[in-house]
Amino acid sequence: MVNEILQGIIEALILIFTFDPEVWNVILLSLRVSGTAILIATIISLPISSYMALRNFPGKKFLTNLINTFMGFPPVVMGLIIFLLLSKSGPFGFLGLLYSPTAMIIAQLFLAIPIIIGTTKAALESVDPNIKETILSLGSTETQLWWELIKESKRSIIAGILVAFGQAISEVGAVMIVGGNIRWYTRTFTTAIVLQTRMGEFGMAIALGLLLIAITFLINYALTHLQMGEKK
Amino acid sequence: MLSLGKKAKWALILLAIAIIGSLLFIFPLIDLINSQNRITLATTTSTYDSGLLDYLLPTFEQKTRIKVDIVSVGTGQALEIGKRGDADVLLVHSRVKENEFIANGYGVHRVCVMYNDFIIVGPSSDPAGIKNQNITTAMENLKSAGDAGKIKFYSRGDDSGTYSKELELWALINFTPSTLKHKWYFETGAGMGTTITITNENDGYTLIDRGTWLAMKDSLSLIVLVEGDQILINPYGAILINPSLYPDVKYDKAIKFVGFLVSEEGQNLIGSFTKNGEQLFHPIFGHCNETLGCNTTSEEVNFWKKYNGGYTG
Repeated sequence: MVNEILQGIIEALILIFTFDPEVWNVILLSLRVSGTAILIATIISLPISSYMALRNFPGKKFLTNLINTFMGFPPVVMGLIIFLLLSKSGPFGFLGLLYSPTAMIIAQLFLAIPIIIGTTKAALESVDPNIKETILSLGSTETQLWWELIKESKRSIIAGILVAFGQAISEVGAVMIVGGNIRWYTRTFTTAIVLQTRMGEFGMAIALGLLLIAITFLINYALTHLQMGEKK
Repeated sequence: MLSLGKKAKWALILLAIAIIGSLLFIFPLIDLINSQNRITLATTTSTYDSGLLDYLLPTFEQKTRIKVDIVSVGTGQALEIGKRGDADVLLVHSRVKENEFIANGYGVHRVCVMYNDFIIVGPSSDPAGIKNQNITTAMENLKSAGDAGKIKFYSRGDDSGTYSKELELWALINFTPSTLKHKWYFETGAGMGTTITITNENDGYTLIDRGTWLAMKDSLSLIVLVEGDQILINPYGAILINPSLYPDVKYDKAIKFVGFLVSEEGQNLIGSFTKNGEQLFHPIFGHCNETLGCNTTSEEVNFWKKYNGGYTG
């Protein structure tokens, strides 16, 4: 095992420094798919979670329960569902989206939305009620209120988004089923690792795994640094 | 009301959203444009993992400018993808399932393009004593040794062509293995690479295609024990998806692809593909019946014969 890990580290370094085009394709595709999915998910989730956090409405408890349950929705099942929807034999087959990066984005999107809604809602709800009162007493409108609350809980919200991103980029079942692991086109880190493992190329699989971890680390670092910097 | 600084900040944010938004639309648009000159080939994992397609495709893509997207999954899934119209052409190796597929109207103009073979591998000590036996004796010995608790056998246990062939071999001795009844029989439900790794870890026996074997044997301690019987031969069929069923299927481009496989150039390329110095696949277009006892109709061969001298446009 140590042998494979050492081999993996060496291979990873070689791949990076020789700018292996296939590996770069995998890196950029993974970032593009997961990045787009999380971006859209955030845009959709923020208003929903804010509404849920700040308002009371009939069925709120049930909806909260539902969101929390879907946070743990099995990704591979989501993949199968999206596959059935996008298949030529399915209702949305006419879009011709199966086995494309767009299909992968859709799958990751639906997995990320409950996570971001859940964590953002929790973050907003845990803002000190005194702060909320202060903002309201200064005569803000509702929109200004929720914007201020979002800024207050920025750190927790970003943490939730990073969790969703981590889940998305390390997911393998769904993207395999809806993407097809097509070389140069829908092959991401995780599906490439599955392929290399299946072919017995354990060194290469570990190299890709190390690269994935490194990139996720860098993204986490950058985003955390961003919110730290703004605080000052 | 908002200070100038804040206005600028909002402007920047809106600009960022606009840029990102347009990028979000550009990518799917690019995908859409690209998809016009692509076909989807559904094939099996063992076919793809052998490396043959990556070897063949550059020539085809260069000549026709058609990009082939390969989705490699288990045989069952590949056929299911074909039934749903999510692929334009299939390349599979499960005669019985192919026949059923065509009989149900999902595929047309199936043609036998090449064959490779299966082998039985196991520990060098060979407790079951199957080395160099004919296939029927080998299967008998495996079963006896298993029942006597001397060996373990690992099966794919999925819907793959390899699994179908394995069941065919057990049928030679009228045996239907079951993990529940036979403690020596294990089903991995995984691909060939994973299955052979598990077999290796446990010093067991398994049925494996020669391509995967050659790719992985250096990291394994198992050895080849049974090979060469005619039943171990594994013919590959290329099947076009029925355009009457799925009018959107890229029928003409798929014909060009299969035409390439059966052309002299394609057949030569198939034969020249080696792994660790050994030839993996044997081109067989037009000779399937004599060599393998297939029942390809002469009508099928005639449909594709015109592509043999090099596909025309």
